[in-house]
Amino acid sequence: MSAAATPEIPGTVLFDGRMAMRGYPLNRMCFSFNEAANRTAFLADEDAYCAKYGLTPEQREAVRHRNVLELLAAGGNVYYLAKFAGILGLDVQDLGAQQTGMSKDAFKDKLQAAGR
Amino acid sequence: MATIVGAVTTSHVPSIGGAIARHQEGSDYWKPFFDGFDAIHAWLREAKPDVAVVIYNDHGLNFFLDKMPTFAVGAAGEYRNADEGWGIPVLPPFPGDPALSWHIIETLVAREFDPVTCQEMLVDHAFTLPMKLLYPDVEAWPVKSVPICINTVQHPLPSAARCYRLGQAIGDAIRAWPGDARVLVVGTGGLSHQLDGKRAGHINKDFDLKFMESLTEDPEWATRFTNRELIAEVGTQGIELLMWLAARGTLGPRARRLHSNYHIPISNTAGGTMLLAA
Repeated sequence: MSAAATPEIPGTVLFDGRMAMRGYPLNRMCFSFNEAANRTAFLADEDAYCAKYGLTPEQREAVRHRNVLELLAAGGNVYYLAKFAGILGLDVQDLGAQQTGMSKDAFKDKLQAAGR
Repeated sequence: MATIVGAVTTSHVPSIGGAIARHQEGSDYWKPFFDGFDAIHAWLREAKPDVAVVIYNDHGLNFFLDKMPTFAVGAAGEYRNADEGWGIPVLPPFPGDPALSWHIIETLVAREFDPVTCQEMLVDHAFTLPMKLLYPDVEAWPVKSVPICINTVQHPLPSAARCYRLGQAIGDAIRAWPGDARVLVVGTGGLSHQLDGKRAGHINKDFDLKFMESLTEDPEWATRFTNRELIAEVGTQGIELLMWLAARGTLGPRARRLHSNYHIPISNTAGGTMLLAA
C-alpha cells in the first residue's frame, strides 16, 4: 500500500524513516541526556549545547519553547524527548496535558475515566 | 533438555521504578497494579526458574538511531542498567547466560531471523523493572538472563505475525537446549497507551481485554492486524504488545492462563500482567 493510500490515525504521526532523518540532530542531543554531565552542560549553556549538536532552526525554536508538538513536528522521537523532559522536571502526564491542551488534572481524570 | 516453566507478561512503565523507590506499592494509586504480582511470586517459589529470557524494547539507553536493530539478542556475561536521564534508581547488574544466548542466536539465524548480537548491552527500565517486579526482595538476582530486544522506536517495526514466529523460534531453541535448565520467559510492555501527539492519553480497555483473552483462546488473533491497525487501536506505545505476542509464541499452540491482572491507569498506561504456562 502506498503512503498516500494509508489511512491516517488521528492525532498520531508514526516515527518512520522520514521523521528519523528530519529529527536526527535533535534526537542525538536528547540521547546525550542519558549522562548527567550532559544534562548539566545543557542547563549551563543551552545555546552552546544546541549548537554543538547542530539543531536546525526549527528544532532550536521548539526546544526554546519547550513545546512537545513542535518538537515532534521537528522530528523528535518521544523516547528521546522524554530525557529532555526529565531535565525540565516534567513527567509523561505533563507532556500529555500540554499536547492535548488540558490541565494536568483534567488529563489525569481522562486516564482514570478510560478504566471505567 | 531445558523446560519453559511459563511466561510472564507485564507493563514496564518507568514510574513503576519511582513507586518502588518511594515504597508506594501499597498506595491507593499503585496497589491495584502491584497486587497483581502476589500470585506470581507464589508461583515463582514453586516453579524455581534459573534463567529468564526477557523480551523487551529499548527506549534509547542501549540503542540510538545511528544503529537501530529490529531484533537484538544479548550475549554477555553481565548486563548493566544505567541512568536513563529522568531519575529512577539504577538497579544492580544482571548475570547473563552467554551459552544459552548463543544457542538461541544460532537457532534464530537458522530460522532466518538474523538478530544483531550484543556482547555488551545496557538494559533499560523495560528489562529491569519487570525483573524487580518478579523478584522485589532479593539481595542478588536468582536467575541468569538473556535479553532479547525488539525495535519499537523507529518504524517500520516487525509485524505482529513475525514477532509471534520469533517467539516460536525462541521457544523451540529453549526446548532444544541440553541440560535441565528451568527457563522463565518474560515479555514486557503495553498495554494500550500513547505518549506522543494530540491523541496522547489514548487507552483502549476493550481491545486490551480482548487481546489478553486471545493469548489463551486464539493466540494468533492479534497477528492478523497490521502494525498501523494495532496502533490505531492501542496507541503508539501500546504496540509494545508485540513483546507479549513473542513471549506467548514461546509456549507453543496451547497455553493456560494461571493469573492475570489489568488496571487503568498506571502513569499514562493501561497496566496489564499475565502468567501463562503451556
